[in-house]
This record gives sequence, structure tokens and C-alpha cells, in this order.
Amino acid sequence: MNKTISEINEKIRSGNAVVVTAEEMVTVVKKSGAEEAAEKVDVVTTGTFGPMCSSGAFLNLGHPRPKMKMQKVFLNGVEAYAGLAAVDIYIGATQVAEDDPLNREKPGSFTYGGGHLLEDLVRKNKIHLEATAYGTDCYPSKYYEAEITLDDIPEAVMVNPRNAYQNYNCAVNTSEKTVYTYMGILKGNLGNANFCSAGQLSPLLNDPFFRTIGIGTRIFLGGAEGYVTWQGTQHKPGVERNSKGFPLQPGGTLMVTGNLKEMSPEWVKGVSMTGYGPSLMVGIGVPIPVLDEEIAAFCGVSDSELSCPVVDYSNDYPNSTGRVLGSVTYEELKSGTVKISDLEVPTGSLSSYYKALEIADILKKQILKGRFFLGEPQKYLPDGRGSR
Amino acid sequence: MKTKKIVLHFPRKCVNQPIVYRLIRDFNLRFNILKAKILPDEEGLMVMELSGDEEEFDKGVKYLSDAGVTLEPLSKDIKRDEEKCTHCGACIVICPTEALYAEGSERKIIFDSDKCIACELCISACPTRAMVLDF
Ligand code: SF4
Ligand code: SF4
Repeated sequence: MNKTISEINEKIRSGNAVVVTAEEMVTVVKKSGAEEAAEKVDVVTTGTFGPMCSSGAFLNLGHPRPKMKMQKVFLNGVEAYAGLAAVDIYIGATQVAEDDPLNREKPGSFTYGGGHLLEDLVRKNKIHLEATAYGTDCYPSKYYEAEITLDDIPEAVMVNPRNAYQNYNCAVNTSEKTVYTYMGILKGNLGNANFCSAGQLSPLLNDPFFRTIGIGTRIFLGGAEGYVTWQGTQHKPGVERNSKGFPLQPGGTLMVTGNLKEMSPEWVKGVSMTGYGPSLMVGIGVPIPVLDEEIAAFCGVSDSELSCPVVDYSNDYPNSTGRVLGSVTYEELKSGTVKISDLEVPTGSLSSYYKALEIADILKKQILKGRFFLGEPQKYLPDGRGSR
Repeated sequence: MKTKKIVLHFPRKCVNQPIVYRLIRDFNLRFNILKAKILPDEEGLMVMELSGDEEEFDKGVKYLSDAGVTLEPLSKDIKRDEEKCTHCGACIVICPTEALYAEGSERKIIFDSDKCIACELCISACPTRAMVLDF
């Protein structure tokens, strides 16, 4: 029996929809099989909460008087991109503070940057704004300084060009010295292996060919309602996949948008990656409509069937050698140690499974209460099968 | 009631001021000097056990740092700011004593302070800087 998104929305409206998290779906499919699961379950909720560097927000700051075409803008000492209309700017998550000592004394701490600024905005904290300009006839102001909060700004829209990576590398270091990366601190001689995916809960691993996810899909974004607005940058649906269709490499990505003013600091968190720079942890949850048996089977995937490549971040990653040390499953990664080159390597993670579960659960409850409806994609994302 | 062993570093400009006296008078704190080395017109160092009402204690500590004195806990104590912790798990491979570990299938990251040896390694490994030195 096949369903449509609007039929499922009708069920949500009448309070009859059956919603489970992607973790619960593993058991449902194991017990009853995909065919029955497709009949029973209407929506599977997913979640992920990890550092997502390609994130940021457009702000419209409103005009001072006289008006100003802001040329350089600093918020709490972090520069925003101002090469847009007069008072429009973009804050990028990995922007470093202007006076940051960077990596001059390695490894730098990167205590404050774009990610922290975004969190401070969402917290409604006071932000110091400093803008300079060369002045024009229509925009004469040349200098403006103010203390602002998110409430004072006319608009603030989160626009993240690449989030929710379908799968990701497991990072290790085979050199003798510790390396400091966006994948965390990696101790030498395979001292640890860091992974960054919610695995079986990860949105795009539950719909590996984007059969239900496209432009217009309504999602949980930073605690508010958001939308998929395009495929993310570096979206690579054509990567190698296992026999069931799950990508063995990073694969697809999402570009997402939502109203920053409605977000919550719990799900928009500035982070400092020692020796690398600031970034932002973003909470994302995508509901997957169980339209048919194939989708039910995909959503039933468990950590033992999902694997990722082990990549050496001391040499192979920075130099793009393409060498992969092996492949490990998320089940192995979550067990605490993995075997790499005959060594038992302890595993750490950057993406919070605990919080991803919370997101999947929040989304599930919202749908069950009839507060969240599924968005009908207007165009599907490239799936790597050449079908679109 | 709060009691802590702390190390105070007095910069030169503070040495001739009656800082400790004011600490006792204004904040009603009791102290026990374990070690002191202050010579006029030089930097000074004092190790003391300070105790008093929690609020007054914190005010006293603030008074000291405002006066230019730097404070360090003697036996350093690491705490986790629970609001900041995202349970990501970046710290668990860095901690040498397994004071930080992932629990169960939901991977809640537990901090067992009894196992912590205050090596401070987790501080820079934690992306949200949730692990902090506590006074
Ligand atoms: S690294 Fe920090 S935020 Fe992550 S689990 Fe450890 S203490 Fe919590
Ligand atoms: S200070 Fe050292 S022992 Fe204590 S939790 Fe952090 S890493 Fe572990």
C-alpha cells in the first residue's frame, strides 16, 4: 500500500498518524518486516546535532540616521560579510574574531568567533556593533556604533549552505605528533579515531536516495521550523554505495534555511575547535514520510549496516591523496574501540547522538500533536541514479 | 558555607594594600594561611584556606580579582558546565582516567569527578568549553 504526503498530513491533522524515531524504526522493521512497517508507520523522525562549519545567517541591521551603506561590519569583534545592500550582512560560523591570536601559538584556542556570535544572537545577548563606510550622497553616515540584540534587528535568517552530511569520515592520525583538526584533537600513532555522524539517526542515511527529501521539505532547524532550500554544496550522490544503497562516503548534503529569531540556544551552539577555529553546532531533524515499503526498509537501517571510511588527517586528508585506511561501521565506532591496522583504537565523537535522539523525539511529539506537518518537496535533490 | 584552598598571587602594586584585612572585615570570611611570601615592593604569594558563607565567599573572590590579585585553586578541581555540555563525546578519548565516558546506547556522556585527576586535558578538547577549572 502506497501513501502520499498529503494523505499522511491528513492523518496528522486528525491525530491518527503513527510516528516513530529512526531508532525505534530499526526494531519495527526487524520485528514486522518492511512491508508491514510501511503499513503501520507514517512518519520516521531523524536527528543530528554536530559541528556544521558551513552555517551562518543573513542579518538586516536596519539603518542608522542618517542612512549608511555599511562597508565593514564587526559584531563583538567578529567581521561579517557586508558586500550586499546597505545594511544587509552575512555572519559565517567559522569567522575568527579580529584580534584572535589564531594559531600563532599552536594550538590556538579560538575562544570566540562566528559560531559564538550566532549563539549570542539567539540567546538575545547584547552585541556590540561597529560599522564603517566611505559615505555616499544617498548613504552619508561613515561610522556607527551601537549595542544591539536580536530583537532590535529587523530580520535574521539562518542560511546554511552545507549541513546534515549524509555520512562522514572517521578521522585518525598516523603521524607521531598530535594534530588539531575540525574533527577534534587526534593523537599520534592512531591514538584515537573520531567520527561525526548520528549514524542510524542521521537524516540523509534514512533516505539514501532522497526519495522524500527535496526543496520545500519542512525540518527542525535550530529549535525552530526550517526548510530544505537546495542540495547543499559538495552534494555528491554518486559516491560508492553498499549493496543496499547506503553511501560508504560522505555523499549528499542539504542547504537549509530558517528564522534565526525563532531558534533556541540549545540547538545553535558556538564551538571552539582547538587549533582549527570557531564553528557552530546546529540541531537538525528531518521527518521522513513512509510512502512505501522501500522507504520503510531504508528507515529500518541500523548502525551495524552503515559504515564510513577511516581517513588519516595527518597526511592523506590535507594532501588529498585519496587513500583510505579502511572502513568501520557505526556500531563498531559506538562500541568504544575500532580495529584499524590491527590496532584497537579508542573512539571519540563530535556529533552528539544523545542530543540527536532528543531532536528526533521532539519532532515526533510535534507531529503527534498536530503541530508539525510535512512539506511537499517542489523539486527533489539529485540522487546519483540519473533519475533526476 | 564554602571552604577552599586557594593560591593568591599579589602583583607588586597590591602588596602594600590591606587586601586580606578587607577580605575578612567586608566579607566576613575566615582564613587559615598555609604559606605566605610577601615582601614589601615585590610580588607576593599566599596559600590559604578560605571559608565563609557561599555568597560572601564569591563576593570576596571577586573583590580579590578586581583588586588585581590572581587566584588559583590549590588542588585544582575540574567541573562540567552542564548547560554547555552537548554530550558530543569529543572528550572521552582525551581523558586519561575514563572520568568521561559514553553511557549506554543513547551515548549520554558522563563525568565522574571521583575519577578526575585534574590533568586539564579535556578543557581544550571540549568544543563548547564545558569543562572548566573551578575555584
Ligand atoms: S567534549 Fe565537552 S560538550 Fe562534548 S561531551 Fe565532553 S564535556 Fe560535553
Ligand atoms: S581533567 Fe583530566 S582526568 Fe579530569 S576529566 Fe578532564 S581529562 Fe579527565
